[in-house]
Amino acid sequence: MITSTTTPSFNTMFRFQWEQAQNCFVLLFPEGMVKLNGSAGEIMQLIDGVKTVQQITDALQNKFPEAGDLSQDVIEFITIAIEKKWLYNDH
Amino acid sequence: MTIKEPSKTQENKVQEIEQVQNTEQLSNSSANIGPPLWLLAELTYDCPLHCPYCSNPTELGDIKKELTTQQWCQVFSEAREMGAVQLGFSGGEPLLRKDLEVLVKHARELGFYTNLITSGIGLTEKRIAKLKVAGLDHIQISFQGADPEVNDAIAGRGNAYQQKFNMAKAVKAQGYPMVLNFVMSKQNIAQIPEIMRLSCELEADYVELATAQYYGWAYTNRDHLLPSKEQLVESERLVNEFRDQQEGKGPHFIFVTPDYFETRPKACMNGWGTTFLTVTPDGSALPCHSAKMLPLTFPNVKDKSIRDIWQQDFSFDYFRGDNWMPQPCKSCDEKEKDFGGCRCQAYMMTGDMHKTDPVCSKSEDHHLIQQAIESATNPSKAIVKRINHTADKYTKDPSLNITQMKI
Repeated sequence: MITSTTTPSFNTMFRFQWEQAQNCFVLLFPEGMVKLNGSAGEIMQLIDGVKTVQQITDALQNKFPEAGDLSQDVIEFITIAIEKKWLYNDH
Repeated sequence: MTIKEPSKTQENKVQEIEQVQNTEQLSNSSANIGPPLWLLAELTYDCPLHCPYCSNPTELGDIKKELTTQQWCQVFSEAREMGAVQLGFSGGEPLLRKDLEVLVKHARELGFYTNLITSGIGLTEKRIAKLKVAGLDHIQISFQGADPEVNDAIAGRGNAYQQKFNMAKAVKAQGYPMVLNFVMSKQNIAQIPEIMRLSCELEADYVELATAQYYGWAYTNRDHLLPSKEQLVESERLVNEFRDQQEGKGPHFIFVTPDYFETRPKACMNGWGTTFLTVTPDGSALPCHSAKMLPLTFPNVKDKSIRDIWQQDFSFDYFRGDNWMPQPCKSCDEKEKDFGGCRCQAYMMTGDMHKTDPVCSKSEDHHLIQQAIESATNPSKAIVKRINHTADKYTKDPSLNITQMKI
């Protein structure tokens, strides 16, 4: 269960990078690629194994003040990312 | 090398995709051409093993004509510039290239995700470490069986299993994603439960149980390789049973079954000239690793840039879009799903590379598949072991006839 104090970190099996040719961030893994849309890319950029979900949400709110309340979006995405093993959940 | 099927799951916020549409319009093709996302670099056809399922061409070519380090680096730079992002180092056995670390380093610095597709023969802990320093992202080790007896009989080399086992452990220990590729055929399919247990013991991250596809040597030996329908059904049951008791832990298993038992063909290479680019040891650029057999003239990277090859070559354009399709493909409502199947398979079985892949039940040649399945129940020719460049010096007869397989 992902809460505001969850500290997600990258599963090092996946490489996160900006792909110029796709104009988006991607996750690369053995013989495969996942394209991340705008909001997913923004969230992933803030994952460092230190920031909590709350801190990530706050950073995004600062970057996109017109976006409204992002906390639900962030929690939803991080939940998916952990299910897919792109991220680990470190409390 | 097996091709992953594109994932079918769509999430609201993310997409898993193998093919990308480029927004640039390219005037001389009937279709929008995306970037060659996946570059397969076949560094050499030489190999220390003799697997009868090998999909390399049975004519292995002149070893002296292999691309140089500089030529490969040029290929990588040009492909990367076009948006290629996955790079597979393959062959034959890529470890036989002494410049492998140099190539890996160059590729990694360009931003490629680099995959080493290897038998593990010739690998050492020291080399695994050197490759890591060079920036290699992942090592995939092939296995031919769950134990030394089966493995080494198929690979045609003693001590192969032990070497692979040791190297798989070392790869994991040095922090790489660890991927195992078990090439499946009639010769080892009964070992599926043991194979899955072995994968857990080796703590693999991904495991491909990949039924050998019938190209090159594998086509010659198909009768000895193609499993029966019953064997496949039972195998699928065992794989699912094993997965269920894993409860989400341990290796992620992917089971790839032969298209011969389907009624619709595979979307070969995700579509000719849309996603995959193969460069062979002598620099031939192909839309897939067996296309050289087709009556088309393919370009060479020594003469043409990757951009020109991908965007302007007659052979790469030839099967793009659907203008080339005969009936029934042309009017079929599934043509955008499977593109009429595999051109090489159509050519090998019917003599005409345009025809519907005989796997399709709509194909007028579908009976050829049924004949092949029947023929595999009673092979008439002996199995042919792969001959390598190093062995060529001593063998005048291009095929070694082994009439007895000790399994």
